[in-house]
Amino acid sequence: MARIKPPVVITANDLLTGEVVYLDPAHRWSPELNAAKVFDVLGEAEGELATVSSEAVVVGAYLAEVSNDSAVTPRHYRESFRHKGPSNYFHGKQAVQDAEVAA
Amino acid sequence: MYNYQEFDRAFVRARVDQYRDQVQRRLDGALTEDEFKPLRLMNGVYLQLHAYMLRIAIPYGTLSSPQMRQLAYIADKWDKGYGHFTTRQNIQFNWPRLVDTPEILDALADVDMHAIQTSGNTIRNVTTDQFAGAALDEVADPRPYAELIRQWSTDHPEFQFLPRKFKIAITGAVEDRAVIRAHDIGLQLIEDEGRIAFRVFVGGGLGRTPIIGQELVDRLPAEDLLPYLEAVLSVYNLAGRRDNKYKARIKITVGAMGIESFRARVEEAFQRLRAVFNGQDLAVLGDIQKNFAPPQFVEKSQESYFDALDSDSGFREWVERNVSPHKHPSYASVTISLKGHGDTPGDATSDQMRAIADLAERFGHDELRISHEQNIVLPHVAQADLPAIYRTLKSIGLATANIGLISDIIACPGMDYCALATARSIPIAQDIALRYARLEAEIGRMQIKISGCINACGHHHVGHVGILGLDKAGVENYQITLGGSAGNDAAIGEKMGRGFNVDELMPALDRLIDAYLALRLHEGEIFAETVKRLGTAPFQEALYVVDQAA
Repeated sequence: MARIKPPVVITANDLLTGEVVYLDPAHRWSPELNAAKVFDVLGEAEGELATVSSEAVVVGAYLAEVSNDSAVTPRHYRESFRHKGPSNYFHGKQAVQDAEVAA
Repeated sequence: MYNYQEFDRAFVRARVDQYRDQVQRRLDGALTEDEFKPLRLMNGVYLQLHAYMLRIAIPYGTLSSPQMRQLAYIADKWDKGYGHFTTRQNIQFNWPRLVDTPEILDALADVDMHAIQTSGNTIRNVTTDQFAGAALDEVADPRPYAELIRQWSTDHPEFQFLPRKFKIAITGAVEDRAVIRAHDIGLQLIEDEGRIAFRVFVGGGLGRTPIIGQELVDRLPAEDLLPYLEAVLSVYNLAGRRDNKYKARIKITVGAMGIESFRARVEEAFQRLRAVFNGQDLAVLGDIQKNFAPPQFVEKSQESYFDALDSDSGFREWVERNVSPHKHPSYASVTISLKGHGDTPGDATSDQMRAIADLAERFGHDELRISHEQNIVLPHVAQADLPAIYRTLKSIGLATANIGLISDIIACPGMDYCALATARSIPIAQDIALRYARLEAEIGRMQIKISGCINACGHHHVGHVGILGLDKAGVENYQITLGGSAGNDAAIGEKMGRGFNVDELMPALDRLIDAYLALRLHEGEIFAETVKRLGTAPFQEALYVVDQAA
C-alpha cells in the first residue's frame, strides 16, 4: 500500500455506537470531520495515533488523508462515504449534516 | 419448519447471557478490542464503515410469520426501519448500537432465532433451494438434512476454529437453485435405486480464487451424511493452511492435495468415524423430519385466478415471472421481488416485512423463505389466492415482475456499508435496473451479479454478467466477466479486459446488450445461451469498441 501523505486526520469508530469519529484539537472524538485536528506532519500524526489507539472509547483508529483548503475534505472516496453516509439512503451522517444546516 | 426444543431455547438464551456479559466487560474496559472482537463476531456483530452490523441467521432461508414480524420490530426499535437480506439467505441490520446488541439477541431468542456462527471460522448457515419442500422438480426435501447439519455443526467443539469459514449448500431438486458447486461442500440429494443418497461436491468457492467444486463421491447413502461430513471437515481442519488466510479455504487444500488424495484421506477418516456414530444422528433426523411434513393443502375454486389471468395483464406478467410450479397441482410458489427498479437489492422496510408476514399467515401456511438471490418466497400458496396476493404486493410496492430479468440483480452491500469493499455495488445495481426497466422483457433472462470487492459476496463470478468493483488508483473501477453460471452448468465467468470507470460502465453495458440483441438467434435464446454458442469474443469486442476506435 502506498505510504500515506499529509495532511491527515485521525479517524475511528465510536465504541458504543460504531459512528465514524475524528480526533479534534482538544483530544476529544467528534462526529464531524470539520472539527478534526489536521496534521501536516506525518510523524506527529503517527505519534498521536499510537497514543489514542488504545483509548477505550473508540475502535480501529487510523490516519486518513484529507485536503485542507477552505474546508477539510477526504481525499479518498472511501473516506468520503464514511464522512457522508451511504449513497442509497439519506440517513447516515448526511442526514445529520443536513439537519444542522437547516437549523 | 423446525420447532425449537427446550434444549435449543436454553442454549440460545445461555449464549445471549454470555454475550451480554462480554459486552459489559468490553464497555468496562476489562476486555480490549482485540480480545472482544472474536467474541462479538461469534455472535454476528461486525463493525462496518458507518456503524456496527448484526448478521442474523435464517437457517436454510426459512422463517415463519412471527419471526418476520420480530425482524420488523427489531428494524424499527434498534435500527433504521429496514433490513438487508443477503446472498447467504440471512438478514443484516446495518445500524445497531453495540450497547443494544444483547437486547436484540434477546428479542431474537424470543422467536427462536439467533446470530450464532454467522461469522468466524466456523460452519456457517447451511443454504438451500428457496423452493425446498415445494418444488415440482424435487427428488427429496433438503431441509431436514440442512437442519441436521445445523444441529451437528452448531457449537461443534472440533469445528469452532477451522482454518477459515466453511459454507455448505444443499439441494434436493433437479435444477440447482442453491449454487451448490460454489460452496466448500455442495450436496445434491438424488435417488439411488429407490433410496435417498447424496452427490457430494467439495472445494467450490468464489472470492479471490474462484473454483467450481469437484465431485467427491457420487452416491453417498443418506444415513452416512454426518460421519462423512465430519470426515471431510476433520481432514480439512488438519490439512488446511493457517499461515495465510487467502490460502486457507478448503478449495486451496483440495487443489494442493489433489482430489484423489483428498478423497482417500476422507475415506480413511470416514471409516473410523462411521463406527463412532452409533445411530443417534439417524434418530435425531427422524425427529427432525416430523417437523417438515407438507402443509395441509386446501382445494379452492380457481375461477378468480383464471379470470385475473384473462383480464389483468400486470397480473399475468407477474405470474409469468414471479410464480413457480409447485408439486401440488393447484398450488404455486411466489417470489416477492426485492428488486424494485431503483431500489436497493435485498432491502425490505419493516412495513413491508409485516405485510409479507401477514400474507404468509393468511395465504401461505405461515411459511417464508429467503432466496440467495435476495428475494422473499411464499413457498406454498393456492393458485386461487394469487390475485389477492398480487393486489396486496402491489399496494406495498413489491409486485415488480422481474424475477430472472436484468433488474433482478444480486448485489453485495459494497462500499456503501462494508468495511472490506473496494467500490460501491448498490448504486450500480440501481442504475442498471432503472436504465433497462422498459427493455428488460425484451432482453429476457439475464443474471447480473455485482460484488464490491474480490471477496465476491455478490457472486459476480457466476453471473451471466459479473461486475466486480475495484479501487484503481483512488477511483472506483468496474471489471466485467461474462459466461458465468450459477446453475447445473456452474461456471466461472471470463474476465473481459480493463475495467470501466462509473461513467464508462453504463455505455459499455449498452453496447453489450445491443450486441446480444443483434446476435441472438431468436427471442427465446437467452443471453447466456448466446454467449455459450458464440463465445465471449463478439461481446468483448462490443465492450471495448471505443478503445479500438481510439
